[in-house]
Amino acid sequence: MKIAESTPSSNTESALRWNRKDLLGLRELSSQEINFILETADAFEQVGTREIKKVPALRGKTLVNFFVEPSTRTRTSFELAALRLSADVINVSATSSSLTKGETLKDTARNLEAVHADILVLRHSSAGAPQFLANRLKASVINAGDGAHEHPTQALLDLYTIRRKRGKISGLHIAIIGDILFSRVARSNIFGLIKLGARVTLVGPSTLVPREFEKLGVEVSYEIDKILPTVDVVNLLRIQHERQRKEYFPGTGEYTRFFGLTKERAKLLKPDCLIMHPGPINRGVEIDSEVADGLQSVILDQVTNGLAVRMAVLYLCGGIATT
Amino acid sequence: MSATIVRNGRVIDPANKRDEVGDVCIQDGKIVASKSEIRNPESEIEEVDASGLIVAPGLIDIHVHLREPGFGHKETMDSGTRAAAAGGFTTIVCMPNTSPAADNPSTITWIKERVASAACVNVLPTGAVSKNISGEELAPIGSLVQAGVVAITDDGHCIQNHELMRRAVEYARMVDVPVLDHCQDYNLVGNGVVNEGYWSTLLGLPGWPAAGEEVIVMRNILLAELCDHYIHCQHVTTAGSVRLLREARRRGVKISGEVCPHHIALTDEAIQNFDTNYKMNPPLRAQADVDALLEGIADGTLSILASDHAPHADFEKEVEFDAAPFGIIGLETELGLFVDLLVHKHRRVDIVRLIEMFTAEPAKLLKLEAGTLSVGAPADVTLLNPDLEWTVQIDKFESGSRNSPFDGWKLKGRAVQTIVGGKTVWELD
Repeated sequence: MKIAESTPSSNTESALRWNRKDLLGLRELSSQEINFILETADAFEQVGTREIKKVPALRGKTLVNFFVEPSTRTRTSFELAALRLSADVINVSATSSSLTKGETLKDTARNLEAVHADILVLRHSSAGAPQFLANRLKASVINAGDGAHEHPTQALLDLYTIRRKRGKISGLHIAIIGDILFSRVARSNIFGLIKLGARVTLVGPSTLVPREFEKLGVEVSYEIDKILPTVDVVNLLRIQHERQRKEYFPGTGEYTRFFGLTKERAKLLKPDCLIMHPGPINRGVEIDSEVADGLQSVILDQVTNGLAVRMAVLYLCGGIATT
Repeated sequence: MSATIVRNGRVIDPANKRDEVGDVCIQDGKIVASKSEIRNPESEIEEVDASGLIVAPGLIDIHVHLREPGFGHKETMDSGTRAAAAGGFTTIVCMPNTSPAADNPSTITWIKERVASAACVNVLPTGAVSKNISGEELAPIGSLVQAGVVAITDDGHCIQNHELMRRAVEYARMVDVPVLDHCQDYNLVGNGVVNEGYWSTLLGLPGWPAAGEEVIVMRNILLAELCDHYIHCQHVTTAGSVRLLREARRRGVKISGEVCPHHIALTDEAIQNFDTNYKMNPPLRAQADVDALLEGIADGTLSILASDHAPHADFEKEVEFDAAPFGIIGLETELGLFVDLLVHKHRRVDIVRLIEMFTAEPAKLLKLEAGTLSVGAPADVTLLNPDLEWTVQIDKFESGSRNSPFDGWKLKGRAVQTIVGGKTVWELD
């Protein structure tokens, strides 16, 4: 596919394979759609290595980064992706928006649409908020993380990174370790990995990895040392300190003892096992510093790949919104 | 002097074990034994032809949020009671979580005055158990009873302090009113908004575990035994609650439970599109819970049907799922849903028992003179057609709000005429 000068024929071809204006989650996507996004991201990846890191694909379009919940990494990644596609970008955060003045989410979004925003990238603390807006707006809505529900672009960049490094996803065994219950990253990864044929094992304290997750088609284990030698990828999730006041586990010290990827534990991993983390990492809690910076770590590749994946998502959804 | 004869209907009056085709005669707002008791001349007797219809004592809904005082933008005495009449209800019991809360005699007096001027059906107020429904100190329960409340409840909230609840039940026994309880353990439920289970796990919505209800149902059983007084568990939703209530009622504990239509019509699968018209408290549960509720209704464990009619304005409901208020309206769909589901679809009770659960059972709990067609009783009568097929259209509702998930549902069974104190207050077009 030619991105720089997208021809009518490539547009037609892509419309056959992609017809969604919104990206709300991976649960609703087919494996073909997920693969199509990953293939489209392949084409965008090299844009970032060029002298001129910009293509005109979204020239004249307006993208609003609407972050009701704070984020730096995801917001800047979307912003850079949009700029590299030549879109005009504005950033609206919770504190600078009228939400703090009592305006409803619906009214704030309708105002953004009234100034002809084409793409709305939404980060929100409530599960379902992107779907709420997608049902009400003509603009594309891209979910940049909603509550503990989904974070589809994070999972897509995780899939992209695994596929890049290992050449495939089907048949691989992936462990997702940490706070699964409250994690939108975990849910989107589970949906995406299973659709693409991977085996998934969730690992963490029983309070944060309830057995109910088995009904989603994954395995649940509380014994990290048994799982580590069997997996091709470990995806570590940040342990959120704020959870502790609800007493989900007895403290970060005990967490590290039972579930932290320490130097010693990392020796259990296969030599080609990838170590991933969506960030921000807590060195010394869920992962030892040396392990995070070690040869098996692809944590920074994830960040780089996030740009290509988000460019692909904006390009595909932004193209549908106007046609 | 007014007189009415409702002719040739199937008269079902469970309180008197009456089920026969016949007439119901009304003189000056009271039921009389026969036409010979009517003193009006023949030409001044209103005749209602009820042939092919069921003539029942006016239906009672013991769980309604009328929203006044304080929240007239959601519902008023006027719109709420018209909705009740359109649903076949002649008596409704309104909850005290208003603003100000109905935790003092003057608010009860205000409500009664509003009812007298604006309501088209009987409205019976409840009073709060605790001051400002905050679960910390007892409200003046005796004075509330003197002012006319038929029960006390902190509905919408639940007293967490078991000792305070114990004293409330003991005190309520002295002044002879039951305690109605919204069963929710705050620690177990936390910020839960949907049933904890498959769908909460999938969608990442905070879970409201069944045990959060069952712990309080168990608490209430123990306190009803300890205090030898009536506690009624509102909107029961879980299989565990049904099991606990069944066991306790077999032993004769003064405990009862009610069911709302949405908890048997829907499961938590309905939340998957984040539509806030499926957000209620307690939440929609799993199929196994629905099955247990149906079983509990069939064997008498759950003896009362109620709507938990909870109106909210569109701008309040049309927000993020977490942020939306709990609750849906129910008065105008309640009878249709229960007849359709309990009598026709699942065949768990016959129409006689269903009417009993809407009349004699709540009347017994609250010691009302309503809920029967006995001679001398208030002439509250509901005419219903259990086989009438109709489609729910929320834009035709009398209620001041539209927060219902049942728009477009095809139901079998509905009220066709509602008579309060001998006067027809609503009739199907």
